[in-house]
This record gives sequence, C-alpha cells and structure tokens, in this order.
Amino acid sequence: MSKQITVPFGPQHPVLPEPIHLDLVLEDETVVDVIPSIGYIHRGFEKLVEKREFTDYVYIAERTCGICSFVHGATYCQGIEQIMKIDVPERAQYLRVIWSEYSRLHSHLLWLGLFADSFGFENLFMNAWKIREDILDVMEQTTGGRVIQGSCKVGGVRRDISDEKLDAMAKDLDRIDRDMKELTTVFLQDSSIQHRLRNVGVISRGDAYHLGAVGPTARGSGVAIDTRKLGYGAYDRLNVQVVTESCGDCYSRCAVRAKELFTSTDLIRQAVKKIPDGPIDIKVTGAPDGEYFMRAEQPRGELVHYLKGNGTKFLVRSRIRTPTLTNIPPLIKMLQGCELADVPVIVLSIDPCISCTER
Amino acid sequence: MTYLQKSPWIVHYNASSCNGCDIEILAALTPVFDVERFGIINTGNPKHADILLCTGSVNEQNKVPLKNVYDQMPEPKVVVAIGICAATGGIFRECYNVSGGIDKIIPVDVWVPGCAARPESIIDGVVTALGILEQKRLKMLQKGNSDSTKVGEA
Repeated sequence: MSKQITVPFGPQHPVLPEPIHLDLVLEDETVVDVIPSIGYIHRGFEKLVEKREFTDYVYIAERTCGICSFVHGATYCQGIEQIMKIDVPERAQYLRVIWSEYSRLHSHLLWLGLFADSFGFENLFMNAWKIREDILDVMEQTTGGRVIQGSCKVGGVRRDISDEKLDAMAKDLDRIDRDMKELTTVFLQDSSIQHRLRNVGVISRGDAYHLGAVGPTARGSGVAIDTRKLGYGAYDRLNVQVVTESCGDCYSRCAVRAKELFTSTDLIRQAVKKIPDGPIDIKVTGAPDGEYFMRAEQPRGELVHYLKGNGTKFLVRSRIRTPTLTNIPPLIKMLQGCELADVPVIVLSIDPCISCTER
Repeated sequence: MTYLQKSPWIVHYNASSCNGCDIEILAALTPVFDVERFGIINTGNPKHADILLCTGSVNEQNKVPLKNVYDQMPEPKVVVAIGICAATGGIFRECYNVSGGIDKIIPVDVWVPGCAARPESIIDGVVTALGILEQKRLKMLQKGNSDSTKVGEA
C-alpha cells in the first residue's frame, strides 16, 4: 500500500460558489476517503422564529437560500396553513406552482452552467446563464424581485398575474423551450462531455436509496421519488412527470436535470391553462397551535419544514431539512475511489446548496 | 501598473450569505451584463486578485477564512461588501452566530445596497472600487518614491 496523504478542498475554491470543506484522503491520485466539515454559512436563523411573528418569518424562510427562495417561502406558508387549517384560494395555489416551476427552471439552468464550468466548458456556462436571464426577467416582471421574490404570504400570495400576462408567459415558453433544447442537446450528446461524465461518480440504486439521496441525485440512480407526486398545492390537479435515469453516474444526474427543464415548462403550461379566476389571498386571523411536517420538492430534492406553534404569534420551533444535507452521505460514497481531478465534477453533480444545508 | 485600471481581477468569497448576492455576482459575469468586456475577470486565486467581493454576515467559522483570503491579496487591494447582510447583518443581524458585517473583520471600501443586490448595482460598486484602487496605487507610488529618495540620500 502506498502512502496516504490528505488534501484539503475548500472552503474557498474556484469551483465552489459557496464554502464547504472536504478533507480528501489520497493514495496516489485515487481518493480513498473523504471527511466533510460544514458550518461556514450557519447563521442559526431557525431560532429567529422566537423573535419574529409567524407572518413575518416568511421573509426569513425565503432567505434560507437565494436559489430556491420561492420554494422555501411557499413551503413555510403551506406548513402554517396546514396547522391553522386555512383554505388557500385556488388561484393562489396555481400561482405558487407557476412560480415554483420558474424557480426550478432558473435553478437547473444555473446548475447546468456551473456544471459546464466545472468540466471546463466556459462557453456552455455562458449560454446556460443567458437563457436563465429570460426566466429571471419573468420573475422580475411578475414578483418584482430577481432572486428573492417575497411574493408568498401566509394565506395566499401578494401579487396576481393578469390573464394576458399569463398567456404571454406561456407563449414565451415556446421560445425558451427551443433555446433550452439546443443547450441540452450539447449536454446530452457531445462526445467529449460524455467522455468526461460517463462512469464518473457512480452510485448504485441501493446505495442511493439507503444513504438517503433525494431529488435528481436519487432519480439519476433510478429511484423514482418526487415529492410533487404527493399533490401538495395545486400539483394534485396537474400531471407531474417523474424523470429517471438508471446509470447513477454524473451523466445520469445531468440528464435528469436537463430533461426536468421540459417537465417544468410543461407544468407551467398546464397550470396556465387550468388556473381559475378568484381571490389570491384570504385574511388570516388567530395564531398557529400545533405542529406539522411540510414536505415539498425543491429543485434539489425533498425539502422538509417542521413547524410548531403554541397558539401565540411566535412559533416555538422551526426546523428545516434541506436536500443537500441528505445528499452529502451519497456524495461521500461517490467520491470514494474516484480520481482527484474528478472531485470538482462529482461535488457539483449533486448540486450542492450550502446555504440551505447549514441554514 | 495601469493594467490594474484596464483589467482588474476579482476574487469572490461567500461569508455566510444566503446565496442570493453570490449568484447575482456570477450573473454580472455572464452575457447579459458581461463585465468581462471591461477586462474584469473572476479568479479563484486571491493572490491574483485586486478586488475582493464579499457577501454575507460573517459567522464564527468564516472569520478566519475571510481574513486569510484578504491577507493573501497583494497590495493595493479594495474590498467591496455586497448586499445588506455584508453591511449590517441585514435580516440575520439578530442571529446568535453572526458578527454582523464584513467591516467587523476586514476594512471595507465600497458598500453595495440591496437584498439581493442587483447585478447593475454590483457593477456600479466594482467601478467605484476601481477609482479607489487607483488612488491607493498612487499613494503607494508616492510612498515608494519618497522611500527610494531616502535610500539615495543615505
């Protein structure tokens, strides 16, 4: 056996937009073990529920993460609504689905770009982010914010989208679909990308399931789990397609996300077709008394908000379990046995969102 | 040293931010905003960088890495604090784990407002930083000149 050396990876590293630290134990060029240490972005805002009224905490929940911000806000609101047994107007539920799917589009495009950057395709990175700006423009036109929207509140949403605008959005999606088709064709068919991603960072279906992988990381290994299938919000009235791939390597995870772009645009089109007229919010009186586990599908996988109230304006406990946290054990498994040069690609293939993870 | 003004290199460090400002920094580098046409390049290496872009409210564990990145940058250097968290701690200022602002750890030259800061204001902040960088460079130059005359006299 050759001598083992430990190479630190992060917290400040060119490929990482956010700080995470990994100690890579190497034998020659092969990674034999990985010791992760997290905590660089822990802000401890779960404790702020004791200081902020439950209606104001939406904005803090939204700032858990700047990428999946809308989904965090909506999940928190849905949790509170379940505790207080509030019947949210139909139109608000559909609007939440539309914004959630736009969030997924922008998150997946962002990831495709960063992933391309990690294996050295700078031009592809730029192209993915160019398309993403079209999505962000819609976000800005309809909510007022690019990455932090603030359009969700307990009891509904704060802004309506006019029917003309909804039709225009659906029509614009055809153009975005064409652009994305061109982009994903490169990711899925380019021979040098395949050479770089196939059979790299493989995790079997069983390992992915037992180590608790969620979202595209699980679906890339053939585990067909998608929390949207639970039918929260308006998802029970829409046809949600679950995309899976079977190889469990970096290419599969990339393919799942590339194909999910089109299921998202499909869901937005369905929602625009079915959205009913009516009010967008309902007046909330009283305070939450009880507890609830709210599960929702974030771009990266299953998100859980645990909320507990005692009948006052201040919650007793909020606990957020985010998809990246559960995807770290599968990541360690993927990294064991890989080559040092593949580490950035494999780390990015789970779409790490450290701000979410550490809260 | 006029290359500094023509092509400043930036290094970005996320000091406990929510990610919102960080992805807007990256967005500023991509085609729609495209700061690279001004010669601004994002580098991963602090030793190559002239401008440090910082986001977030700096928690306990991030104090040392942030100081490390700053210390490794060559003089003259400018720090741009991006977003409301980097200025005061923002929405997280009452959390138990945050120190509330980049300027508690390292000296800051430019503050960029917003939650999340928009790419336009980030570009504005970087351009303001360029002016400050030039002043710092001239100051260093003058100091260097007076130092060398002293050496000559001795």
